[in-house]
Amino acid sequence: MPSRTGRIHRIAGPLVVATDIPSPMMYEVVYVGEEGLIGEVISVRGEKAYIQVYEETTGLTVGERVEATGELLSAELGPGLISTIYDGLQRPEVEIARAVNDIFIKRGVRVNSLNRSTKWVFAADQRVRVGDKVEPGDVIGLVQETPIVTHKIMVPPGVSGTLKWRAGDGEYRVDDVVAVVETGDRKYEVKLYHRWPVRIPRPYKEKLPPSEPLITGIRVIDLMFPIAKGGKAAVPGGFGTGKTVLLQSLAKWSYADIAIFVGCGERGNEMADALKSFLELHDVRRNRPMMERSIFIANTSNMPVAARETSVLLGVTLAEYFRDMGYDVLLVADSTSRWAEAMREISGRMEEMPGEEGFPAYLASRLAEFYERAGRVVALGRPERRGSVTIFGAVSPPGGDFSEPVVRNTLRYVQALYALDYDLATRRHFPAVNWLMSYSLYVDYVKEYLDERSAGRWHETRNVFVKILQREAELLDIVRLVGPEALPEEDKLTLEVARMIREGFLQQYAYDPNDAFSPLEKGFLIMEAIRRFHEVALSLIRSNVPLFKIRELKSPYMVYKLKLYAPHEVEKVYNDYVQTLEVEVKKLTGG
Amino acid sequence: MPLYVRETRQITGAKGSLVFVKSLPKVAYGELVEIDVEGETRLGQVVDISQEITVVQVFGSSLGITPGRTVVRLRGETLKIPVSTDMLGRIFNGLGKPIDGGPEILPEDYLDIHGDPLNPALRMPPSEFIETGISVIDGMLTLVRGQKLPIFSGSGLPHNKIAMQIVRQASVKGSGESFAVVFGAVGVTFEEAMYFINELKGMGAIDRTVAFLAPASAPPVEKLALPRVALTTAEYLAWRQDMHVLAILTDMTNYCESLKEISAAREEVPGRRGYPGYMYTDLATMYERAGRVEGKKGSVTIMPILTMPDDDITHPIPDLTGYITEGQIVLSRDLWRKGIYPPVDVFLSLSRMMKEGIGPGKTREDHHQVFSQLMSAYAEGQRLREIIAIVGVESLSEKDKKYLEFADEFELKFINQGETERRSIEETLDLAWDLLAILPEEELKIRDEYVKKYHPKYRVSR
Ligand SMILES: Nc1ncnc2c1ncn2[C@@H]1O[C@H](COP(=O)(O)OP(=O)(O)OP(=O)(O)O)[C@@H](O)[C@H]1O
Ligand SMILES: Nc1ncnc2c1ncn2[C@@H]1O[C@H](COP(=O)(O)OP(=O)(O)OP(=O)(O)O)[C@@H](O)[C@H]1O
Ligand SMILES: [Mg+2]
Ligand SMILES: [Mg+2]
Repeated sequence: MPSRTGRIHRIAGPLVVATDIPSPMMYEVVYVGEEGLIGEVISVRGEKAYIQVYEETTGLTVGERVEATGELLSAELGPGLISTIYDGLQRPEVEIARAVNDIFIKRGVRVNSLNRSTKWVFAADQRVRVGDKVEPGDVIGLVQETPIVTHKIMVPPGVSGTLKWRAGDGEYRVDDVVAVVETGDRKYEVKLYHRWPVRIPRPYKEKLPPSEPLITGIRVIDLMFPIAKGGKAAVPGGFGTGKTVLLQSLAKWSYADIAIFVGCGERGNEMADALKSFLELHDVRRNRPMMERSIFIANTSNMPVAARETSVLLGVTLAEYFRDMGYDVLLVADSTSRWAEAMREISGRMEEMPGEEGFPAYLASRLAEFYERAGRVVALGRPERRGSVTIFGAVSPPGGDFSEPVVRNTLRYVQALYALDYDLATRRHFPAVNWLMSYSLYVDYVKEYLDERSAGRWHETRNVFVKILQREAELLDIVRLVGPEALPEEDKLTLEVARMIREGFLQQYAYDPNDAFSPLEKGFLIMEAIRRFHEVALSLIRSNVPLFKIRELKSPYMVYKLKLYAPHEVEKVYNDYVQTLEVEVKKLTGG
Repeated sequence: MPLYVRETRQITGAKGSLVFVKSLPKVAYGELVEIDVEGETRLGQVVDISQEITVVQVFGSSLGITPGRTVVRLRGETLKIPVSTDMLGRIFNGLGKPIDGGPEILPEDYLDIHGDPLNPALRMPPSEFIETGISVIDGMLTLVRGQKLPIFSGSGLPHNKIAMQIVRQASVKGSGESFAVVFGAVGVTFEEAMYFINELKGMGAIDRTVAFLAPASAPPVEKLALPRVALTTAEYLAWRQDMHVLAILTDMTNYCESLKEISAAREEVPGRRGYPGYMYTDLATMYERAGRVEGKKGSVTIMPILTMPDDDITHPIPDLTGYITEGQIVLSRDLWRKGIYPPVDVFLSLSRMMKEGIGPGKTREDHHQVFSQLMSAYAEGQRLREIIAIVGVESLSEKDKKYLEFADEFELKFINQGETERRSIEETLDLAWDLLAILPEEELKIRDEYVKKYHPKYRVSR
């Protein structure tokens, strides 16, 4: 292909305008200036190409060359993704450090996303044989990428024909050819990796409705506002309300096969903290370091703004790729607001007509496109695989005000909302999920699954809890006027039980080794314990036992403490509690 | 000498602090520009270039700039400052020029004030406890090396005193490593500037301090440059000279006002309440320079100080800062009126790196639990204060009254502290136990072994 080059015509921060590129293509990658800074054509007007540059533009001069590649910004997909820390352009940050031999990120560094010298053990998957017709997604071989992730080498999307040749089992580098697919007179060489444009959703066979919950180990999610595999959720909240801690907990503990953490325009120190704990902590199900199933994309707030967009798109592309292998993937993006702000900045530089609060009119459609890439699917190819991408996006509204454009538009596209509340955070109620504002539209989808595992009790108990908490809010308004003692006994009990739900059940300290991950069974027991207390206390009150007598009991305290026990100890403590409660009640009623 | 023309008189217009110049060949985005106006040289920076026109942001005003007469000269480099360890003990303006009457420094290097982002993969999570000797900070809002922890204050509140107390007392437990303070004052009054200088001199800390001052009267662009110049120096001392640097930047509200002023002059679409949409990123590129890095002995800890306009924490300046920093120390006008110094509101305050910096070997084994207990007991006391405002103190139980007493004592004895009083972490935690002893023992949700060891009732006098 003849080289297509143009010249820099204008430079304004991350926006560069180029002229003379022969027929520039939307979203093609260009190399800007003598240093070859990476950029993407985001608008073409007449003969001017507007380029969003993903690296610092200081020092560029008008007239420098711009080289168009004709290629879309793409991710490299293959073994070596897991445990890597990438920047927004999928450069492994450790490699950048090696290349520049410095503690700082420098621009213009080109390093491969996947290491070209690492050798991977490839084993042919014998369900597909040489001579067979193959389709996109067919698994031709396997690579054990980490002790817990088997990487499936698939025929890339768009390639089908006859499997002409396949490499024997052995060690290969990512760009070694491991198979040849012949279509008519064309031959396609399948390597351990292929490239896929980050802006284009990867194809699948069929989208499935949500059915199973993604177990997160966080009670307020699993048992109050559950998330389904393939679900999409927003976590908005003012600063310090716990978005990052919640997202990190999800990435750590949830029953996902792969976890992808996108740090988009946020802090470097918390990224370092996460990396350290992912190396140290072990996965609940397989008892291996969490890092062995995780990928980090770290585009911190001081790194070029334009790359915030690519970091989010890169994350979701990697997620889809593992989904296609049949895995349940969790993608958390912290924070989507920083991406939206980057869009606003570029749009401003392009002098586009600003929408609300300066955000471009296409903010809503960008958010929609992103969240639409979540879902549970039947993947392309054989053997049949089902995989999912579950997305949690943090949103950081200015002043904690949820009426701003990013929160509002996000809520149009997600199915679950975990509204983090400044007051709760100030009172150190964590996770600070406001139970009155939050919701999950997955409740009905996962009801069967959870009821089956809780002797049919979960859904009913959840509804009881929701009612008690709502009633508490009404009662607290009254208490503010007249004080708590003026309430009737039953209402006082409601307040008591509501507090038990809040402190004994909803609150969950992310750093408590016994409670950071709460398995379903533990949560069910706590729910039962509270419900039992509620029922017993209610019947006592109805037989005229005053509430202060009930308050003197020991057993309620045991409910508060249940969550502090390790999962395997909870049942015993629960049984103790049931017994103690019984004995105490007998005493109280003179029985 | 470059072979091509590097200066021009072809100015096509001027507006606010922006000057529009006919583009010279090879003009580089972000490069520094000298503008000769009536025999005086002003600095500026290239902020937009097109084929025909280059937009220059003047550091100062465009007063006196005349098309045809004024000379605009390209410097061919971005804004750099000379750095060296000789800077310790010296005072500079916002552009790094000495203003203490002393000689120019002998540079060991010239560094771009914008710096480069630290590679996230090389960062180490901050975890080394810095003992400030202030109970409410050490006990409740622990500061660690490499953290960025601001003070959110209000006009008239004693933030400067607290900052100076920290500078005076801050030390890392059990280490005699080299420590430096980089002090940057943006848009402060002459009196404030002198207060800082005199304090630093008085405490004998001046020799390990580099101070940068841009008074209120300095041009906006010097105020914008100052924190970057200060942090560039901090990075130099930390990463090249292995020092543990505490950078104190005050008053960042003035910085943000300058940012707003310049954004307005450039006719940018304003964001919330008139502040530019990129203010988050702008502040983040500075505060993210804090950290701890693999293979480097030094560290950069940043403590920005800002005054919240109208004491409003949702104002864009504190709000965006809170989204960047690792917590915040919020001062309370109510406590200050009650005569409490330092008037720290522990509910609104937070140190996000605290959990990494406390515990056995760092502070003390009981610190986590004592902290949680103080927090919840004080919160309970606060809740009861609201209730007695409605129903009177009579309706409270004996236990509740104890909580009220605790809350009062906590403010008076724990938060409250002398300006020159330095309490070790052991003293702070012991004091906490003395106060917790006000509560019935069964109320304490602290491990028995710690109660037996530290509760005054059991504590063998140490
Ligand atoms: N589940 C939790 N358990 C214990 N502490 C928590 C929890 N969630 C949040 N916190 C506390 O709140 C602090 C702030 O949380 P976090 O950093 O997640 O806030 P954020 O919403 O991400 O804020 P920002 O928008 O500024 O990034 C944490 O440092 C921690 O002290
Ligand atoms: N606080 C809440 N708790 C539980 N569920 C909720 C809560 N708020 C909303 N929902 C659920 O989410 C659904 C959608 O909420 P939403 O606010 O979008 O409804 P809407 O605006 O009335 O509907 P439409 O999308 O037709 O405009 C509701 O039907 C309700 O079931
Ligand atoms: Mg966060
Ligand atoms: Mg609606």
